[in-house]
Amino acid sequence: MIKNNSLKREPLTDTQLLTTITIIIFFTMYFTAMGTLGGGFLRFQQIFDILNDNASLIIVSCGLTIVMIGGGIDISVGAVTSLVVMSCVMYLNSGGNIFVSILLALGIGLAFGLVHGFLISYLEIQPFIVTLAGMFLARGLTTIISIDPQKVQHKGFKTLLDAEIKIPWLGYTANNGNRVDATMELGVVIAIVVLIAVFILLRYLRLGRAFYAIGGNQQSALMLGINVKRTRFISYVISGALSGISGFVFMMHTGAGNATNAAGMEMNAIAASIIGGTLLTGGVGNVAGTFFGVMILTTIKKIVVSSGLNQPWWQNITMGGMLCFFIILQSVVLSRRNGKKKAV
Amino acid sequence: MDNPILLTMRHIEKRFPGVLALNNVDFTLRKGEIHALMGENGAGKSTLIKILTGVYQMDGGEVQIEGKPVVIHSPQDAQNSGISTVYQEITLCPNLTVAENMFIGREDSAWIQRKEYEKKADEILGRLEIPTRGARILGRCSLAIQQMVAIARAVDMNCKVLILDEPTSSLDDKEVNMLFKLMRDLKAQGVGIIFVTHFLEQVYEVSDRITVLRNGELVGEYPASDLPQVELVAKMIGKNLDEFSALKGSGKDVSKNGEVFYEAEELSSSQALPFDFKIHKGEVNGFTGLLGSGRSESVRAIFGADKVNGGTVKVKGEPVKITRPIDAMKHGIGYLAEDRKRDGIIAELSVRENIILALQVMNGFFKPISRSESEAFADEYIKVLQIKTASRETPVGSLSGGNQQKVILARWLLTHPDYLILDEPTRGIDVGTKLEIQKLVLKLAEEGVSVTFISSEVEEMLRTCSRLIVMRDRHIVGELTGEDLNQAQVMKTIAGGEA
Repeated sequence: MIKNNSLKREPLTDTQLLTTITIIIFFTMYFTAMGTLGGGFLRFQQIFDILNDNASLIIVSCGLTIVMIGGGIDISVGAVTSLVVMSCVMYLNSGGNIFVSILLALGIGLAFGLVHGFLISYLEIQPFIVTLAGMFLARGLTTIISIDPQKVQHKGFKTLLDAEIKIPWLGYTANNGNRVDATMELGVVIAIVVLIAVFILLRYLRLGRAFYAIGGNQQSALMLGINVKRTRFISYVISGALSGISGFVFMMHTGAGNATNAAGMEMNAIAASIIGGTLLTGGVGNVAGTFFGVMILTTIKKIVVSSGLNQPWWQNITMGGMLCFFIILQSVVLSRRNGKKKAV
Repeated sequence: MDNPILLTMRHIEKRFPGVLALNNVDFTLRKGEIHALMGENGAGKSTLIKILTGVYQMDGGEVQIEGKPVVIHSPQDAQNSGISTVYQEITLCPNLTVAENMFIGREDSAWIQRKEYEKKADEILGRLEIPTRGARILGRCSLAIQQMVAIARAVDMNCKVLILDEPTSSLDDKEVNMLFKLMRDLKAQGVGIIFVTHFLEQVYEVSDRITVLRNGELVGEYPASDLPQVELVAKMIGKNLDEFSALKGSGKDVSKNGEVFYEAEELSSSQALPFDFKIHKGEVNGFTGLLGSGRSESVRAIFGADKVNGGTVKVKGEPVKITRPIDAMKHGIGYLAEDRKRDGIIAELSVRENIILALQVMNGFFKPISRSESEAFADEYIKVLQIKTASRETPVGSLSGGNQQKVILARWLLTHPDYLILDEPTRGIDVGTKLEIQKLVLKLAEEGVSVTFISSEVEEMLRTCSRLIVMRDRHIVGELTGEDLNQAQVMKTIAGGEA
């Protein structure tokens, strides 16, 4: 009865396959850019620049990936990030304490996450509508706090803003012969920590697997003894908290608050998750893919700019095309694969 | 014989809007017994089980385990009280591995030990002789394996009470025997098993005791050895069995001189190997074979439900192209899908909306069916097929399985098809409704409708079909008519070989 199939390796799961495709495409794209565009792409700093500019996007994308794996959606993340930036800037400028501002950032994110989670999980309202309302609310509050852009004047924060990690061995020699170190902002470190934490959560923790279970089949998850409501609730709380962290990282990057900060970030985060192999229908996805999803989206922007297409619409058009390409690719790959006869 | 009592349910009452689903029902389960819970659709079996597993809350009554009252508010409560359930529909997560499905929801630490789970899962699967492995993604296993994984999970949970709700409906004979062996092993270990099934022979094969419910009320509890099969059926449907036997052999053979309605040569699809097939006007034929023999795939090809790869098709002698379901429908072919949850009903829509669906599609969406017209259609078929529903506007999802099936049947009947394909129309529904559906099939045939009828119960096919097409390993291996239409011959053909 027991066939010798224990010797055979299991085929890649759908998630692994999609992520692998994403990673391969990212590197192909990047190396092509190195070969054809040269310039900045030949320097490590290029990658660090992309990371520096997009640390907060990586963080919210992690949260969104969790929510999407659980079968939900959170479109408030950009607006909450913006609200956090503005609130923290105003608080710091009124003579606040940096440590308290971190708590403020986390608090705002958590508050949104808790309310969203409660409404969606316990009152069973559609996540799209709940987080759409949250998005409008956060945008509105940001504008109420200040309609004008605000720069951080706080002395202590300036040091945080300027803090960089120098990595000399990845640096390059400039045209004038000076050695320039590669530099990475603190926000990137935070983003990497978040990435690793979410990776561990999704792969090795009971809670993480519960997200997959409820996204795979909610009814089954319930029958398997998973507390579906609580699990879903937690996914939104995590997404909210990560939006808070994202806001603080955003502020550390720009040093200013603006009502239009992080506009469209939620859409980029959704796009990044999808490109990374997370399915909108839930149950499939992982955060490594999401990271490369962000990298693909942001690198393509750089490539477009470097190719001399400076107008912003070119970036949007390419990103749209990219998303389309990935969705089609995924659906073709998955349907070909699942069309095959099922293994016994 | 009288083992200590394990589970007592007393005076259980459950109301749904407009329906008293359970009225003062008692149920007793002893240690180390297999107790069959029998009844028609809507008798309250599912409701009783869902109360026991915490899916529904009872409105009155009490539950005791080993003499102590327990309160079950959620599936977790049920698990903690030692009650495990394996449902008819697979209630596992297809996107997780087999091992994860076996251990999720009951891990003892916040960290998961993937390797350890897989090792343990392989061990259990090996012991139960289930041919899969822990590291495999569940969705890549066949339905039968998925079902057995669910049982393996329950077994590993050291449950005191194991509820098997229609566990055999997607298993073939060999797998059923494996399951029965397992059930007997568990029984020997003192587990109390509640066995719900529609297969009467299976009840007698393993059960010690039988409890019968009808219309939400307890009919009685009987030792299996004291209750002949005929009496059991009588108790379940509340009428005697003359109708049951009257059905025998009424499938008329019209293949000799009748007009051919549908004919296919070398028809193949993405799922089905090329095959030839024809059906006459007013003929009832059947496809039979083991699970996975390709019987459903073949009829799906006829209907254009899977991607058709080749072959020529004639309807009433005219060559036609049927590559999509709508093509088939336009030529008067209707198809009642095997998996009604997935391919058939739209649970959120009302009975009325589900009934008019196919007709609406046939008419095209620019010719809407008026409200009063659709209400009239719905009322007519609710009456004709005796669909038990609170009203025509009740969402179909809240109806019992047999009644959902009748709604789909009504949907196709409303389009007045010339050829109706019924793929497992009686699966998971009760004896009474089965009979009604069989009678309906024969009546349709008399009216000149051609019917292809597929059922896993050979006996049922013999009663309705005048020609049986036997499939094995995705090929047609035989065609039985007249004298050859008997159980022994069918089994022989399925099994292959001349002996």
